[in-house]
Amino acid sequence: MVFALFIFWPLARTFYLSTHGNDIFGAPSTYVGLDHYTEMLSGEFGEVLATTALFTLVSVLPAIVGALVVVLLLEARLRGVRVLRTAFALPFAFSVATASVVFAVIYNPAIGIANGLLGAVGIDRVDWLTDPSIALPAVGLATVWMNLGYNVLVLSAGVAAIPPEVVEAARLDGATGWRLATGITIPLLSPQLFFLVVVSTIHALQSFGQIHILTKGGPDDATTTLVYSIYERAFAFGSSDFGGASAQAVVLLAIMLICTAVQFGILERRVHYR
Amino acid sequence: MRRPDPGRIVVYVVLGLALIPVLFPVYYAFAGAVMGPGDLASYPPSLVPSALHWANFGDVFRSVPLGRFYLNSAVQAGVITLAQVVTSILAAYAFAFLRMPAKAATFGLFLATLMVPWEAIIIPNYLAISDWGLTRGGLTYLGLVLPFLASAFGTFLLRQAFLQFPSELRDAAVIDGCGHWRLLWRVVVPLSKPSIAAVAVYVFLSAWNQYFWPLILIRDAEYQTLQIGISQLNDAEAAQPGLVLAGVALSLLPTLAVVLFGQRYIVRGLTAGALR
Repeated sequence: MVFALFIFWPLARTFYLSTHGNDIFGAPSTYVGLDHYTEMLSGEFGEVLATTALFTLVSVLPAIVGALVVVLLLEARLRGVRVLRTAFALPFAFSVATASVVFAVIYNPAIGIANGLLGAVGIDRVDWLTDPSIALPAVGLATVWMNLGYNVLVLSAGVAAIPPEVVEAARLDGATGWRLATGITIPLLSPQLFFLVVVSTIHALQSFGQIHILTKGGPDDATTTLVYSIYERAFAFGSSDFGGASAQAVVLLAIMLICTAVQFGILERRVHYR
Repeated sequence: MRRPDPGRIVVYVVLGLALIPVLFPVYYAFAGAVMGPGDLASYPPSLVPSALHWANFGDVFRSVPLGRFYLNSAVQAGVITLAQVVTSILAAYAFAFLRMPAKAATFGLFLATLMVPWEAIIIPNYLAISDWGLTRGGLTYLGLVLPFLASAFGTFLLRQAFLQFPSELRDAAVIDGCGHWRLLWRVVVPLSKPSIAAVAVYVFLSAWNQYFWPLILIRDAEYQTLQIGISQLNDAEAAQPGLVLAGVALSLLPTLAVVLFGQRYIVRGLTAGALR
């Protein structure tokens, strides 16, 4: 064990830490000071941040609210509840890449089923991924779909951990349906809901695959979020603006830390812990 | 038998309606995979294949080396999973049972790495890995796994599990002359199997589904992972959705199996933080 502790363990840690070094100027040729940061104060980067915020909002909230509704309904002691729960968890089997490709096929403007179904009820074709005002919600919708299964799994586990006596006592007091949900289940689920808000926000800020596959940041940068912008600057089309991209990466890191801190600070107080 | 209740019928109906958008993309991925070009381009669109068009699956293999992609992903995700499970076990044991200087501070440092988004440090990692020449040929595998050989997440989860380990059992083993190494592998690990399985399932799924890192790292087409391969298939064959969906369906099989049969462990691993 001494060997394990002093050889394997530092070795693992070295690997670990070696992957975490953050050299701001990837391949530094000249010292540019804060140029990358002052450049960010121009309007373009503000739009990237706004897009990121909007994307986070439209992909996080519906997925949590939707999963909560589903899980509360599943609590109604139905027959076949296990099958239903598995069915709602199925999207979790999709990776970001496979789900995005399926949505790319569905959203296809000419032969996609989304426009096909709309057309069948007499609605005009929608340019899901090429209309600047629709592309972001469309990618957000695909993301909601990807995350719903995970949220259902987490909330179901939370519901399963609620002591049955508590629910039984409330039922004996005459609480049913809506009152049972708002008075007992949702407050007791608050640790899981809190966890989901934090994790989903962090996850949404890091979203990349669906944007790369569905829109490549377009149309007209309408879906260029912070992480996509980092990718574009550093890696896309032979661009290797590692400096500028790294400056944006530092902003990402800062936003992430602030989000975590704010969420812990504000939400923690309102969360019921058993 | 409980008395029939109109409320329950409403619940069934609402759940049924909610299931449609949730299951439709799953259904369509598999139904579309056996649709011929006629079905997919028809108007109004067909929701059910008129005939089973199995040729799509053969065409996928003619378009991209899907088998090779599978192998690459299996090597990448397999190595990462094995390495993270082993390093997490060792680190968690050290944090849970060993006396060492500045343990709390080291552990805090460990947890802090969880807050660092991978995307924020991907550039220096990329530069290092490509400087070392790990983006070409067989070395690509090394480049794919090297940054992911250890994880604070697995260490944290296993440490929590190890801390709940009854100290009487440990004392008994030590009195019987068990050293740390034997104690770990003969007593602690076998009794912590569910937690270890949870870490393994979680790590495997996230490694298998990786997108950003393989996308920028891999230069040689034959070392492409499945996820990137499917996305390239979509770019190359956009005019043939049946073929693309057949590729998606084939690539889904392993994760679908994990979700259907490993749900217990997924929930355990994924909610470890939620339940505290």
